[in-house]
Amino acid sequence: MSVLVFAESSEGKFKKSAFEVTSYGKKVSELLGTNMVVLTINSNEPSLLHKYGAQKIITVTNSNLTVFNAKIVSNIIKQVAEKESATTIIVDSGANGLYVAPLIAVELKAGYASNVTALPSSTSPFIIKRKSFSSKAFANCEISTDVKVVSLAKNSFGVFENEVVGSVEEFSATIVESGITSVSIEQTKGKVTIADADIVVSGGRGLKSGENWGMIEELASVLGAATACSKPVSDLGWRPHSEHVGQTGKPVASNLYIAIGISGAIQHLAGVNSSKVKVVINTDPEAPFFKAADYGIVGDAFEVVPKLIEKLKEFKSNNA
Amino acid sequence: MISMKILVCISHVPDTTSKINFTENNTKFDNNGVQFVINPYDEFALTRAMWFKEKQGATVTVINVGNASTEPTLRKALAIGADDAIRVNCEATDGFAVAKEIASVIKNGGYNLVLAGKESSDYNGAMVPGMVASLVDFSFINACIGLEIEGEKATASREIDGGKEVISTSLPLVIAGQKGLVEEKDLRIPNMRGIMMARQKPLNVVEPVNSENATAIASFEKLETKSSCKMIDASNVEELVHLLHTEAKVI
Ligand SMILES: Cc1cc2nc3c(=O)[nH]c(=O)nc-3n(C[C@H](O)[C@H](O)[C@H](O)COP(=O)(O)OP(=O)(O)OC[C@H]3O[C@@H](n4cnc5c(N)ncnc54)[C@H](O)[C@@H]3O)c2cc1C
Repeated sequence: MSVLVFAESSEGKFKKSAFEVTSYGKKVSELLGTNMVVLTINSNEPSLLHKYGAQKIITVTNSNLTVFNAKIVSNIIKQVAEKESATTIIVDSGANGLYVAPLIAVELKAGYASNVTALPSSTSPFIIKRKSFSSKAFANCEISTDVKVVSLAKNSFGVFENEVVGSVEEFSATIVESGITSVSIEQTKGKVTIADADIVVSGGRGLKSGENWGMIEELASVLGAATACSKPVSDLGWRPHSEHVGQTGKPVASNLYIAIGISGAIQHLAGVNSSKVKVVINTDPEAPFFKAADYGIVGDAFEVVPKLIEKLKEFKSNNA
Repeated sequence: MISMKILVCISHVPDTTSKINFTENNTKFDNNGVQFVINPYDEFALTRAMWFKEKQGATVTVINVGNASTEPTLRKALAIGADDAIRVNCEATDGFAVAKEIASVIKNGGYNLVLAGKESSDYNGAMVPGMVASLVDFSFINACIGLEIEGEKATASREIDGGKEVISTSLPLVIAGQKGLVEEKDLRIPNMRGIMMARQKPLNVVEPVNSENATAIASFEKLETKSSCKMIDASNVEELVHLLHTEAKVI
């Protein structure tokens, strides 16, 4: 028995979620009284994971795997799971984690719980908490199969340092035929993405026009944050669709979410209430968003935001 | 040239504005007063299927795994333009079991393109399409935001963290779609004529293969209600910066 964690890297560098799933996997393996094995593919520095509790690291190095391919990766995970007698497989909830997990579940005849937010509350029966109803509720899901697959919701557990001594072992994996070829990848470089951001600054229809986004971008840049918007804002073409967050847009699970001129409609909240701390700036004291917020300012965004930028700049220079 | 035989997976979910409550000691969703609709992600898949039917020629079958209460949702899909519907007659309580039911229908029906939403807006399992693809050994694209088909060749794009990837593949294929597969403004809604025609279209009820569930829901929890929001005066923005640093520890 063991816990197998897939720690994803991109262009050789670990994604942030790789450290979170490793930290999480370590705790799960302790609960199950077993050891953890971490699998990496084409990572430049697999041994980084020792810092997060990974004793045994298995790496696959293969130039055919520079671009993620779910079918091939699910099969490699199966090969490693069988070799290591893994009974719990853990992946992240990024685009690739969610792509590969159901395929692994079929390969290993395993029950699968996606978007898991906590450690198992019981190991026998195996019960684990996950998001449901578009983040309006949680379900405690019992997985009854021998092998279990879990995808961990981003930022729901955290990264914990737990330095261990260990080994890095190269595994020569069989590469299956996938029937899928990657033609091109477009990625916004140098800009913090909503999925990766610790802080997200989001604007709503209260900002009146796309031309008023300068202060939102400035606030985001002071905080090293990603910018986002409510649905009507992208529908009106004030901002690109890729910034639309909420139930029908991108989910946000940042540490800090700052909502400016957003009323807090149920469909908006559904997508953002996984964020840890929410700040709301709105002229209307009755705006529903205040009920879901941690900190609120009733005020005009055009006055409050420039002041906030100024104060944050002062704060940053004092704490640099 | 092979013809497209499309199966669209339709999940029957509470309307997005529904209040989420649970009964029977928090083990069942309380559907009292709740209106059920086609899962929003599936609407993109269904509209794309209609596009293929009209522009390139295809048959479109819609499928739901569920009890008789889901039939109005399947009728709505027929009213939007699907040719026929299949309901697999069992309670859908586990994604793996649902995937096995759909896989069995695909094998018997000879479908070569399966379009689904990337997740359902109620249980958010995000697993049925991938599992179906794996069970029937079709190619699979998750979080698909664009799909073109020419003969047997398919070009699809999928959302990746911070961007998109363009993929080339071929039929048979399973797609887990979302916004982008078609634009939201192009989503189809039933018109009067469609609703009338839907009454005559076949809705076939098939018995399940009854596979064992891999998961079960032990209980539900509602979100904790926030311990009231701390209000800060608009003239005291400095206080917000201070609290975010010392209390919330997020900056
Ligand atoms: C099926 C469905 C799915 C949906 N999915 C989503 C989704 O994914 N994401 C999403 O966001 N919405 C979604 N919506 C839309 C949602 O219901 C709301 O209409 C939308 O979130 C409102 O956006 P908003 O808060 O920016 O605008 P509004 O509701 O118009 O709110 C603007 C707010 O700005 C405030 N304001 C005005 N002037 C100022 C000022 N100068 N300074 C500060 N505050 C000011 C106002 O008091 C108000 O609260 C969906 C709706 C449906 C039906």
